[in-house]
Order: sequence, then structure tokens, then C-alpha cells
Amino acid sequence: MSFAWAKQYEPKTAFTQWMDEKLPLPRMIYNAVGAGYPVPRNLNYMWNFGVLAGFFLMVQIVTGVILAMHYASNTEVAFAQVEHIMRNVNWGWALRYAHANGASFFFIVIYLHIFRGLYYSSYKAPREMIWLLGVVIFLLMMATAFMGYVLPWGQMSFWGAKVITGLFGAIPLVGEPLQVWLVGGYAPNDSTLNRFFSLHFLLPFVIAGVVILHIWALHIPGSSNPTGVEVKKESDTVPFHPYYTAKDGWFLGLVLIVFSLFVFFAPNVLGHPDNYIEANPLSTPANIVPEWYFLPFYAILRAFTGDLTIPFTGIVLIEAKLLGVIAMFGSILVWFILPWLDKSPVRSGSYRPLFQKFFWVLVVTMLVLTYCGGAPAAEPYVLISQIATFYYFLHFLVILPIISQIEVPKPLPFSITEAVLGSDDKHGGSSGGGENPGKVVKPLPEDPDGSLQPAE
Amino acid sequence: MTIRLGGIIFGLVLCGILVLWSMVPGIFNYATPEKPDYYAFQEENIQPAGGFAFDGPLGKWDYAQLQRGYQVYKEVCSACHSMKYVAFRNLEQLGYTEAEVRAEAATWSVPGIDPTTGEETTRPGEPTDQFPSPYPNEVAARIANNNALPPDLSLITKARKDGVNYVYSLMLGYNEPDPEDVAKSPDFETPSGLYFNEYFYNINIAMPPQLYPDLITYADGTEATPEQMAADIAAFLTWTAEPSLVQRKQTGWFVIGFLAFATFLAFMSYKQIWAGKKGKKKKA
Repeated sequence: MSFAWAKQYEPKTAFTQWMDEKLPLPRMIYNAVGAGYPVPRNLNYMWNFGVLAGFFLMVQIVTGVILAMHYASNTEVAFAQVEHIMRNVNWGWALRYAHANGASFFFIVIYLHIFRGLYYSSYKAPREMIWLLGVVIFLLMMATAFMGYVLPWGQMSFWGAKVITGLFGAIPLVGEPLQVWLVGGYAPNDSTLNRFFSLHFLLPFVIAGVVILHIWALHIPGSSNPTGVEVKKESDTVPFHPYYTAKDGWFLGLVLIVFSLFVFFAPNVLGHPDNYIEANPLSTPANIVPEWYFLPFYAILRAFTGDLTIPFTGIVLIEAKLLGVIAMFGSILVWFILPWLDKSPVRSGSYRPLFQKFFWVLVVTMLVLTYCGGAPAAEPYVLISQIATFYYFLHFLVILPIISQIEVPKPLPFSITEAVLGSDDKHGGSSGGGENPGKVVKPLPEDPDGSLQPAE
Repeated sequence: MTIRLGGIIFGLVLCGILVLWSMVPGIFNYATPEKPDYYAFQEENIQPAGGFAFDGPLGKWDYAQLQRGYQVYKEVCSACHSMKYVAFRNLEQLGYTEAEVRAEAATWSVPGIDPTTGEETTRPGEPTDQFPSPYPNEVAARIANNNALPPDLSLITKARKDGVNYVYSLMLGYNEPDPEDVAKSPDFETPSGLYFNEYFYNINIAMPPQLYPDLITYADGTEATPEQMAADIAAFLTWTAEPSLVQRKQTGWFVIGFLAFATFLAFMSYKQIWAGKKGKKKKA
């Protein structure tokens, strides 16, 4: 499961020896995030966001469990109960602001984590399973965050829930009964709030479970790195602890400072004022917008303004609403086939001049979609989101496969060691041997057809 | 290779058809835009000169102002607006003593049960009571206000965009319409029973102008100009919306100070741990 030179756990005290025989939990942690996990030595700061995402998942679970002790999922009292937390519960305001902004920061770090994966092609063999599990986590996060935003039972909670659950009504034939069944009525009501609370409590633990699978799958090939060249020998790696615990540790402190700026000095800027008005089914807000982290997908949903018809007959094949729903879900589901769309043998975007340009166009497209998702559904925003939506799918379904055919990549370094130190013994072996130069190190077994190796 | 090319062509054709098709109405709408034909409200709020004491990361409550604001709420706003998430005991945070809060609560009458008959009645407030609503229910509130519902004021500064300045602007926004804008909007007219207020989102508000010079006599002798009363009520409603606002900011300084120190130590240990592993920069 790990490289041949990985350090082995050695229980030192009688207790840890006893523990290692009965339940080798310390050994597991040692091998997962301790000195027993060799990691490429050249990771840049974009590789910090996985640990940060795990940290914010824990923040959400801890603050959320305490908030749940003071909350009541009943439409009569939910809004007042949140105000009770804000006013009467000791440090309740800090807990709630940390939980609300924690969701935003969870999405910030997860988006950076995902775009790291897109730039450095972390989804490519042998790491497809890590990527697929990551997409599952992202979908679970979106469901969890959506249901969490409904719980305060403000105006945006209610109307957001109404719009999003209404999407199921677009499904042909079974749409409306399905929607009524999911919501527990024709509009969000007490049943809806109760089931959303129940699921909002459950799903984070499901996420935690998939995160364990995600890390498990990561430890089989080991971490990717900015050159995209696989680890060849011991001098390419450093033990996770203390090297990356120290790097993640100080960077976590930096991110927590930014997080605190939001929690303590601008706790409501990422939210919406309408959610401090209690839900009122008879009064529709002027502009129903989801939380900022859903805006790109909301823009894709709203980009479809016309039905798909057979020309000149007026026969509707697919209604605009259903097209939008398909496109919105499709925009994330397309990530599931990404490892098989991008066939370039080179992983890192830094060595792929053409891919690099299109990657940044994709980033700009996402930002444009985010902006359009928050804008009113009027021109020119509809047209802009239509163009951006078109480009989004074009990038994944057409541009990526074509680039991997025609691109001439830059020369790759021979090894990670060479990328860091500027020189390396070209014949593998034991030179540059990190902390144990005398140790005999065998190179990793090559895969027979060479398909897993980057082009050199 | 053939399969991959087929897939590329299929993907191109599929998203091309779907997206282009749905773009047609959008392009059509874009080519024929409708001009807005209405009198727009002022989105930019005005602020009192010098801002508020609680503004900024170092902001603190101006207790004298909050007490004046409470007086404005009690003598003016509370005739129509409830404040249901605030309790009388919370007034201690404005600098009143426990005895003063008890006496103040007793000046309000709250719904109660007559202990001898069991019938609904009113009784003097206790510090543990919430502020009472001026109307028994929404229907009564609408009947009394020309079918408009006066919103609860507990959270009003958080429930509106730029809420603190919005409250201040709205209180002072009963101006004459700009004649130029009126000339541009042929249908411009303030319906009877409504009042022109350029900071209200549909410019005609059901609430009549409230703040006239010397409407109230401040307990601390401050001159009761409309600007003064508007600033005081905006400050008071900021406190009702978030009583923990100043504590939040002060806690923030402590937390960030601690984190900055811890992060500095963590960064130094990171530098030391990695000292032997950082390669020399590659020759350019």
C-alpha cells in the first residue's frame, strides 16, 4: 500500500505494544497521516486544501451538533429558535456565525481543491477512484448545504427550498407526484423542515465516511504532485509527518485568520438579508438567489429559456425547465467521466501549454457563471450565462479530448528530485537518499505497457 | 481513435444543438430590450455625519445614543411596530440598572391571565417578558394600518440591505419627488393613503412621516431634530438586531491576535523542519 521505503510503526511503550496487537489504531494513523506516509517533496500550497476541507468538515460537525441541541425543526418556532440561539444561548452567536461561514469556507477550500485537481489532472490514472469519490463528496456537500440553508426558516430558506424542490417537478410523467412525495406537500411545510433537519444531521456523517474512502483510495498510489511525474525513489518523497503536518499546520492558521475576519467582523456578508425575515409563503422575494457557492450551477439552470422543439411544428420535445435541470446536474456529472475525456499522458498543466490556456478560460467561465447566477434573470445576464454554459460543456466534452490529441507538451523533469534540486542521478538507485543514504531502495515496479507513465 | 473522434463529434453536436436552440429567445430578447419606464428608488442610502459609534472593527456602543433610541422606539415606533425577540431584561445591556429595568418593564402592559377568573387580561411587564406587540394579531394590525403590516423591528437592520443606513435614510426620505424624474415617468403618482419615500423599494410607503422637530423630549436634554432621532433609532435597532455586535468584534480581536501568534510559531517551525529539504533554485 505504500512505498518500499516508508517508515514502519514501532510501538515503544508496553501500552502501545499491547494496543498494536489488539487494535492497531496508532499504526493506522501513523501510516495515514504520520511518518509512515511518504509524500512527494515538491507539493505546492495548492495541496493544502484537502486537509483544510477535512478541517472544515469537522468544524461543521462540531458546531452543528451543538446548534442542534438548541434548535427546533418546527415551522412555528424554527425562526424564533434561531434568534434564541443568537441572543440567549451562551456564545450561540459565535457558534451560528461559525457554522454559517464555515459552510462558505468549506466550499471555498473544496473549489480550490477541485480546481487544483483539474489543473494538475489529479483525476488521471492511477487516481481515478479518488476523483470519483471526490465528486460524490461534492454532491453530498451540495445537498447538505442546501438543506442546512432551509433550517433557519427565513424567506430565502423557504423560497430557495420551493425553487429547488420544484426542479423535480420538471421530470416527465413522475415529476409532480415525486415532488409532492419528496417535499411532503405542495409547498415546503413542517414535514419538509423536519425531513431536511434529519437529513442535514445525517449527511455530514455520510460525507465523513466517503472522505475515509477518498483518503484510502489516495494512499494506494500516493499523492500526486505539481510535476505530474510519479515518485521513483526515496529522495522524491518526505514523510507526511513532520514535513506536511508542519506545512498544513501553519497554513491552517493563516486560513483560520481569514475565517475569523468573516465570523467576527463580517458574519452576514456572505448571506442574504431576506433570510432575517421569517418565511412567508404569501410574499415572494424580488430576487430569489441561492447561496453564493451554488451560483454557477444556478446560472446554468436558468440559461435554458426556450423549449427544445421540432422546428416548424411546434411539438415540444423537452421543456426549457427540464433542459435546465439536465444541464445543471450534467455540469457536475460530467466530472464523473473526466478521467476518460482527457487522454493526455502528461498530468501537470504546467507542462501543457495549450491545456493551461483553456484551463484559465474555464476558471473565468466559472466566475462569469457565478456572477450571472446572482444577477436578476434579465438581459444581458441570460445571454452571458447561455454563452458561458455553452463554453463550460464545450470545454469538457470537446476541447479537452481535442487538446490531448494535438498538444505538444513541454519536456518533463526526469524526477521529482531533479525538479526540486536541479539535478539527479538518472539511474534510480539509492543516491540522494534522503535521511537514509545507506538504505537500499528499489525503484517502483513499472506497469508493463507504460500507459501510467507520463510521456517523457 | 475512431471511437474517440466519434465521441468528440457526438458531444459537439449534442451540446451545440441544445444550447444554441435555447439561446434563440435570449438573443431575441437581447436584440429588443424593454426600457424601464418607472421612477426608480434611491439604492444608495445616506448616513449621519460622522457615522455610528459601532461602525468599524473597533466600534463600541454609544450607550447614551442607545437609550435615546429606546425612547424614540417607546414613544413613536411602538405604537405600530412590535419588537418580539427583545426582552425587557435585555435593556440592562443599555446601561440601565436592574431596578431601573424592573421599573421600566412595569410601564408596559403585556398580555396576561387574570389569576382569579382565568380570563385573558393585561398586566404590568416583568423584566423576563418580551416586548409586547401593539396589535393582538396580523388581521388587527392590517385593519389599523390601511391593509399594510408594520414589520417587527427586532431584526430590521439585518433584514434589509445596508440596514442601519437604510433605517436612517427611510426616516428622512419623505422628500418631494425629483421633478426631472417625474417628467420621465408619465405614470408617476403617489396613491392616496401612501407616502412618497425615495428610499423605499417601491417609493410609496404606507407608513406616514414620523419624525418632526421636537416630537419627543429627550431625557438627556439632547435637541430632538429629525436627523438626531433618525440616527438614534437606527443605532437602537442595530442593537436590537444584534445585541452581541460589540462583543463579537472585541472577541474577534482576541481570537485573531491569538491565531496570528500561533500561526507565526507554526510558520517558524515549518521553516526549520523544511530547512534541509528545500532545493536550490534551478538555474534560469
